[in-house]
Order: sequence, then C-alpha cells, then structure tokens
Amino acid sequence: MSLEALIPSAIDGLMLGFVYGLAAMGLTLIFGVMRVINLSHGPVIALGMFVVYTLFTGPLGVNPYLGIVAALVIGLAFGVVEYFVALDRVINAPELTTLLATFSVNLMIIGIATSVFTTTPRAVDVSLGSVGIGNVTVLGTHAVAVLVAIVVAAGLYGLLFRTRVGKSIRAVANNRAAAELMGIDSRRMLALAFGIGTSLAMVSGALLSTLFPFNPLSGTGYEVKSFVIVVLGGLGNPTGALLGGIVIGLLEGVTTVFIPVSWVPVLEYVIFILILLVRPAGLLGARA
Amino acid sequence: MRPTRIVAIAIVGLVAAACGGTTTPQASGAPTAGGSAAPAVSKALNIGFTNSQTGAQQVASTKQTEGIKLWVDQVTKAGGIKLKDGTVLMPKVTFYDDGSATDRVQQLYTKLINDDKVDVLLSPYSSSLVKAAAVVSEQNGKVMITAGGADDATMEQGFTNIYQVYSPGSKYLTGAIDLMLKLDPSIKKVAIVNEKDSFSVSVVTAAKPYAESKGLQVVVNQGYDTGTTDFAPFINQIVAAAPDAIIGGGHLVDGTAFAKALKEKNVSARFVALLVAPPEPTFADIGDAANFTVGPSQWEIPVKYNEAAAKALNIPFYGITSDSFTSAYRAMFNSAPSYHSAGGFAAGLILQRALEDAGSTDPAKLRASLDKTDVMTFFGRTKFSTDAKTHGKQVAHDMVYIQWQKGSDGKLAAQVVWPTEAKTAEAQLRK
Amino acid sequence: MKRMRVPFLPAIVALLAVLAAFPILTNNPSMREELFLVFMLVTLASSINIIMGYTGYVSFGHIVFFGLGGYFAFYLMQIQGWHFIPSLIVAAIPSAVIAALIGFPILRLRGAYFALATVGINEAMRVVFNNWDLFGGAVGMFFNFSVYTQYGGAKAASELAYYTMTVVAIATITVSYLIKRSKFGLALMAIREDQDVAMIVGIRPSRPKIAAYVISAVFPAMAGATFFFKNGIIEPGHAFELLRSIESLVMVVLGGIGTVAGPIVGAAAYEWLRGFLITNPALANFQLFLAGLLLLVTVLFVSSGLVGWLRERFPVLRGYVP
Repeated sequence: MSLEALIPSAIDGLMLGFVYGLAAMGLTLIFGVMRVINLSHGPVIALGMFVVYTLFTGPLGVNPYLGIVAALVIGLAFGVVEYFVALDRVINAPELTTLLATFSVNLMIIGIATSVFTTTPRAVDVSLGSVGIGNVTVLGTHAVAVLVAIVVAAGLYGLLFRTRVGKSIRAVANNRAAAELMGIDSRRMLALAFGIGTSLAMVSGALLSTLFPFNPLSGTGYEVKSFVIVVLGGLGNPTGALLGGIVIGLLEGVTTVFIPVSWVPVLEYVIFILILLVRPAGLLGARA
Repeated sequence: MRPTRIVAIAIVGLVAAACGGTTTPQASGAPTAGGSAAPAVSKALNIGFTNSQTGAQQVASTKQTEGIKLWVDQVTKAGGIKLKDGTVLMPKVTFYDDGSATDRVQQLYTKLINDDKVDVLLSPYSSSLVKAAAVVSEQNGKVMITAGGADDATMEQGFTNIYQVYSPGSKYLTGAIDLMLKLDPSIKKVAIVNEKDSFSVSVVTAAKPYAESKGLQVVVNQGYDTGTTDFAPFINQIVAAAPDAIIGGGHLVDGTAFAKALKEKNVSARFVALLVAPPEPTFADIGDAANFTVGPSQWEIPVKYNEAAAKALNIPFYGITSDSFTSAYRAMFNSAPSYHSAGGFAAGLILQRALEDAGSTDPAKLRASLDKTDVMTFFGRTKFSTDAKTHGKQVAHDMVYIQWQKGSDGKLAAQVVWPTEAKTAEAQLRK
Repeated sequence: MKRMRVPFLPAIVALLAVLAAFPILTNNPSMREELFLVFMLVTLASSINIIMGYTGYVSFGHIVFFGLGGYFAFYLMQIQGWHFIPSLIVAAIPSAVIAALIGFPILRLRGAYFALATVGINEAMRVVFNNWDLFGGAVGMFFNFSVYTQYGGAKAASELAYYTMTVVAIATITVSYLIKRSKFGLALMAIREDQDVAMIVGIRPSRPKIAAYVISAVFPAMAGATFFFKNGIIEPGHAFELLRSIESLVMVVLGGIGTVAGPIVGAAAYEWLRGFLITNPALANFQLFLAGLLLLVTVLFVSSGLVGWLRERFPVLRGYVP
C-alpha cells in the first residue's frame, strides 16, 4: 500500500482517538471507583447520539454542539438513577453480579431505543468545512470533536483533583471503609462517580453523532473498542484511557497502510490480550 | 426473609403465571371457511412465515410484512384464489417474530409446518434468515417463495422447494458497472471497498471479475469489519490511488458513513455505487453527501412493468400495476412502499399465480408450475432456474438503480436512472 | 453432601431421556426443535458453570468454543467429506487443545481481567475466521443439501442432530455432577473461595483450573458441531456471537450458580420465557426490555437463582438437588 496515505491516516486516527479515549474514560472511571465493568456503556453511547439527534431534528432544531451539553447533563442524571436502581444493592457482590446488573440495563435501553427509533440509520448533518494542506484534509467537525474531548477531559481532571467532591471520590476509590470513617457518604460518591462515567459516555456518543451515522445498536462496537482502550491504559486509570484511545486511533490509522484493513481488529485484540497478560496495569501502570 | 425479597419473588411468580398460556400466533386475513352460502368449496390457504419485529432487520422486515398483508387483503377482497376445479382458497397468514435470529427462525418454521399446518411458506427478511428457513422447509418438503434473500449461496445448496423472487446478489453491482460505463466510457480505474460479511462479499466476488472483464483496473480492493463507521483509512488509500469510480459498501449504517466520508474528504471519483444504504429514505440525512450516490434496488415506485413491456418479451403479465400497488399501499399503511414491501407483495402474487396454474396446494404440482413460470408482474420479470445446482434461483428479474440528485428546488430526491424504460431522471456523474 | 437419599444423577438422566423421547414417540417435530435448543442451552450453561460456578472464573467469551467446534467439524464434513459423528468427536480435540493453550496464560488473571480477556479472545477468533479463506472467510461454509442423503435424508439428519445434542447434554450434566462430588471439584471450589488460601492448604491451582477450563470447553465445541451440522451453514458472526455467551451466563445465574441443577433449570426457564415473549403479540415489542427487567430483579433480589433460593428456603432439598 502507498505511503502517501500514511500521514493523513495517522492524523485522522489520532483525532478520532481523542473521542474513543473520552468514551473509555467513562468506563475506566467507573471501574476505578467501584470495580464494576459497565456493560450498559455501549447503549449509553448510543443514547448520547440520539439526544443530539432528537434535539437537532425536533421542532427547535437545537444546534448539535448545544446538544452535547444536554447529553452531558442527561448522562449525569441517567447514571445516578441507574446506580441506585441497578447497582446500589449489589455494589459489594462479586463481579459477575454487577456485570449482569449492568447488562440488564443494556437490554432495557436497547429494547426501548429500538422500538422508539427503529434500526434505520440516522445522521446529524453538520458540516464545519475542512482545511487541506497537501494530501492532508482536516475536517472541522473532527477538529471540534478533539477540542471538546480535551475540554471535557480537562474538566474531569479539575473535578477529580481540584475540588472537594473529587477528593472524596478518589478517597472512596482508594479505600471505601476508610473514606466512610472520614465522614464521606460513600453511596453518594459512588452514585456521582457512576453518573460522571455515564455522562462521559453520552458526551462521546454525542460527539460521534456529529461524525458518523448511527442507529440504536451502534454503541456495541464502541463499547468493545472501549474495553480494548481501557485495558491498554490500565483499568481504572482515566489518563491511561485517554492515552489508550489515542494509541488505538493512531494504530488504526497507521496499520491500515501496511496490512489489509479487515485484519486490523485481530491486531487490536492480540495487543489487548498481551497487555492483559504482560502488563495488566496498562501501558502507564507499574509492571505487574 | 426481607420484604423486598418477597416482593421480588412475587413478581417472578406473577410473570410466570401470566406466561402460563400457550403461545398465540398472530393471525390476520380472512376467517377460515365460513358458513356463508357460497356454492363453491371454500378452503383456507394457510400461509406461514416469520418476520423480524425486533433486532437488526426490523425496519426492512416490517415493510416486507406489510407488502404481504396488502396482498392478503386484496386477495380476500377479490373473494379468494379461484382454482380450476371450483375450489376457492382464502388466504390466512400466520407469522411469528424471529427477533432477527437464525436459530429462532428454524424453530418457528418447524412450528409453522407441524403445529400450524401451513400449506405454503413465505420467507423472513435478510439472506441469513432466509437460508435458515430454507433448510427447514426443504427438510419438510414445503414450497417456500422467498423475498428478502438475495444471497447467491443460498440458492446453490441444491434445494428443490425454494424459489427466489429477488435478483441474486451477484447482479447488484454488475448492473452498476454497465450503467457507469454507459455514462462515461473513459472510466478506467475503480476502487472496491466492501463490508466483510456473507452478502457483501458474494456481491463483490461477482462484481470484481466482471469489472476486470470490461477492461477496468481495480486499484483498491479492501474489506471492512461489520459495524465500521470510520472510513478515513480507506479514503486516504482511495485518494492516493485516485480511482475514477468507487463501488462497494455493505449495509445501512456503514454505507451511509462511507458516503458521508467520501464527500467530507472531497474524493473526486466520478461515480459511486453502494449496496443497500442508498435506497433507504434516511440516506438523505447526510445531506449533500448523498448527492450523486447510486444504489441498486429490487424495485422502485416509478418502475413501469406493464402489459406492453410483457408483450415485448412475449411473456404474460400478471396482477396489478405499479401505480395501483403504490396507491393501495399508501391507503393501507399511510406510507410509501419500499422495495421490501414490493418484494413481499410480489412473493404473494407469484404464489397466487402458481396456485391457480397448478390448481392445487400439492407441493409437487406447485413445484411443477413454478419451474415453468416466466411471467411479468409490477415487480418485474420472474423466472426460476431449473438447473439442479441452482434450482429456484431468480434468473430473469432485473435490478433497478437509483441515484440521489438535487432537484431545481435544492431538495435531494432518489431518482430512478436505470433501466432506461423506467427512469425518472438521467444518470449523472459526480461533481 | 454424602447424605443423598435419592440418587440425583440417575434421576435427572432418566428424566432427560424420557423428555427427549417424548417428541419422537408423539411425532411432534416442533417440540423436538424446542428441546433441541433447550438441550443446547443446557450444555452451554452447564459447561460455563464448571469454570464459572465451581471455579469462580467469569468466562465471558465462552462461546468461542462453540464456534471453534462448529468450524472444525464443519470443515471435516464439508471439505474432507467426513461423516458427522467422527467429525464431532475429532473437532472437540483441537478445541480442547486451544482451551489448554489459552487457559494456561489467561487463568493467571483474576476477576474482571479474566472476563475481559475471554471477550478479547472470542472477538479475535471471530475476526480471524472472517478473514481466513480456508474456512470460507466472511461467507462461511455451507452444505449442499444432498449431503444429508447419506444420513437418510434431511429429516433423518435433523433427528440424528437431536439425539446427538441430547447425548451431549446428558454427558455435560453427568460430568458436571461428578466434578462437584469429586476431590477435584473440592479443589476447584477451594480456588473459587480463596485462591491464596487454597495454595496454603496444598492445592496447586494452575492444574485443576486448566483442567476445568478444558472440560468446560469440550462440551460447547460438541454442541457447536451439532448445531451447525443441523443448520447447514456456518458464518463467523453466528459462530462467535458474544450475545449467546452472555445469555448462557444469564441462564446460570437464573437457575443458580454453582449448583448442578441450576443451569438446567435456568436454560429451560430462559428458553421458555424467550419463546413466550417472542410469540406473544402484545409483548414482542417489549421483549428485550422485559428480559432485562426480569434479569435485574433476579440479580438484585434472588442472587442465588431459582435452585439456590429453593435450597435456602427449604433446606431439606439440599440432600436431593445438588
């Protein structure tokens, strides 16, 4: 394959990696704080897409980028409610229980979303033009998606490391019993963390809706991708997730120049399994 | 025991109690042989099939079922299917939701044949579900008319009871290549990018050698995993190879994403034809990116297959015209028919004609009649292969090609551009 | 455990055998189809229970062995022209070998890490088979219908598949029961409860874990071989369908994790419920939602499953239902 495609593919992959990373941050935050692998992650991403779509095509014709703000708020509320309905009772149970509890939410979301929206493909038609230098074309929508991803990621950092609430969340993640002894209401913090994680997933879905067409089942692909990214960055490590997203995006862009595109997922899964075996703490983590 | 636990168990128990009944098939259509004073012997014609009310195939499958329902409605209003010996068959359809799952399809077709005692079968929607249903009807020696399954492989399994109304997948893009070369004979380099699934791969397996036989050079040939929406890697390779035309695609979401990416990256190919996605109305959601995209379709509203067209081919015309199908469909369902709807209705028509011709519901007689069928309906020409290897495969139906074009009002519309007899607009090169 | 009065194993085997004979004796093919699926699900759920329920490893992508068995057997039948039964038996061997090879490294992982690794393996296999032309690539492989004549026609072939699935299901349950009552089973449960303590009391966890994983892989491989033989077609998407994997976990939990009877009850209940929801016109639109709701209620309030709950509620049952 031609090397001409290398630079533009690398840039495209890199940019998309930020959005993948954002979705994965939600997943990894939830795991880090409460040791739960959230199987409702994919459908929640799809919900984020439909928040933007519904507002955009509705009578008000809300700008998709305002829709992202709506997705952020709705995601937070949805996550907190989901925590109390599906997880609060079983938060200390073995992982199988929480896997199935979040999977049941997955089924419910998909069940409702497919009857409301059907599986017809949808798209949010938004264009912000593009800038071309040589054979590199950078799309406005992709550039804005990167910016939003960076802003949201920075916001998460501010929240976790610069606020009292963030400190409490981190305390609960580190040692729940000790945090409770310090007077922290751990249930509230767990619910909030789940809400933030869900909100991140919805925002990434909202961003993806401005880039690609989708339907209610579209979240599944991004969910599996998030698993790969989260493992790459180290389970429970949000910085790692963002970095993992960028690595995966770059990998997808660059390797396609050298190997058939349909083999790229094999490479991704092999890396995924190897990381789990050799460095389960992720690329950034300490050696196992 | 905690009260919550008791409540939970009570709920489980309630659900279990509510579930206690036997499964109820959804029946519609005429009541079975009633006590009216009809002199002729009236018999119920039991027709069975499954559809996907849930799962990935939900949208197209619902359209197909509506087509079948309209056919049943029309036959019922016309007083049933009258056979030569005076028997009148009143159609009664039984169908279940297969949830777009193959194992479910096999189980339900067995149920339809053995419990519901259906006389003939129609098909579910989508190639893999049709395959699964075909195996069961073949095992039980029941005739099945399929719509919604275009896979070539299904019809190369040595079946004897399965008849395909759709044009097979191998024809989906070969016609697009003909159209393209007619439009611009100077096109030389073509890129093929397709989904790596059973259907799309078999389409491309036929299209690639066909393109090469026409002197075209395939400069990019790549497959992508099901569910792909990021096409940037392909686009960059395509840009590097600078093809004159791009063909491929797969299903709905990926095809739409591909078209969108081609526009965003200003790919300059003069001709783009994609599978499955373009005939879908929501394809226009991507706005200008839809413009000039060509897509194969089994049928479109403006298509004009009529008495005259049939006469020109020296074959009979059967059933209603495209116009009356469309208006009846709109009246009944309050929406425009898609090619899936037309396929469902056409499967009914072909069955009806075979029953009248055979004068019986006996599978052997039906098969004999279907084997020699060569007829034109509003859906196009229908003729089945009688070769042992490909028995039942559709050999005469032609694909229709649509192209999204921006009208003088600035609105996007899907225009029929091929075949020439039915076109609503001239095909155009991409600009 | 030693106090069992009514021998569970002969009782359940006899029950299944009678149940299996029923549709044949009454000539009821739709019931036969239904039971074929139930036996397949019982096999999948009981196998997963060996690694998940007894040993404590959540094998999320366990369906990979169903797909591998299906593919190997299909290859032998389609390309090499073998008969179904030897294909089924031979196909189980590479599946077991693969289980041992991947089990060796990944069983060192614990909890969520193991679960994620199994998902990765299943997805990787799916994509590999999707690209591998030897096994038909994305199009998969399919029989010419005349293949079934050597079995006495398509109908006889599907009956053969039915008998085979019955035997596979009974074999799975038998092995599951024997493991639970054996020293080997005790070692597995010690690993489940606390691997580190198990090591202190002298159990070297890696061997029994790998053995359990291999055993739990063999039966799904056979079920896959049988399923795709009857199906006549095999495609990567259907062979390595993650959803089917998750469904088997659901059945185990619904019935009662770690019990012998639980997966049987869970599989039957799940299949019956699914069949009910999908053929009921009023509920078909909400079937996924209702399935999710029911699962959530079970997970939250009846976490030991139907069998587990009955055993807790009526302790006398413990002697009868393992």
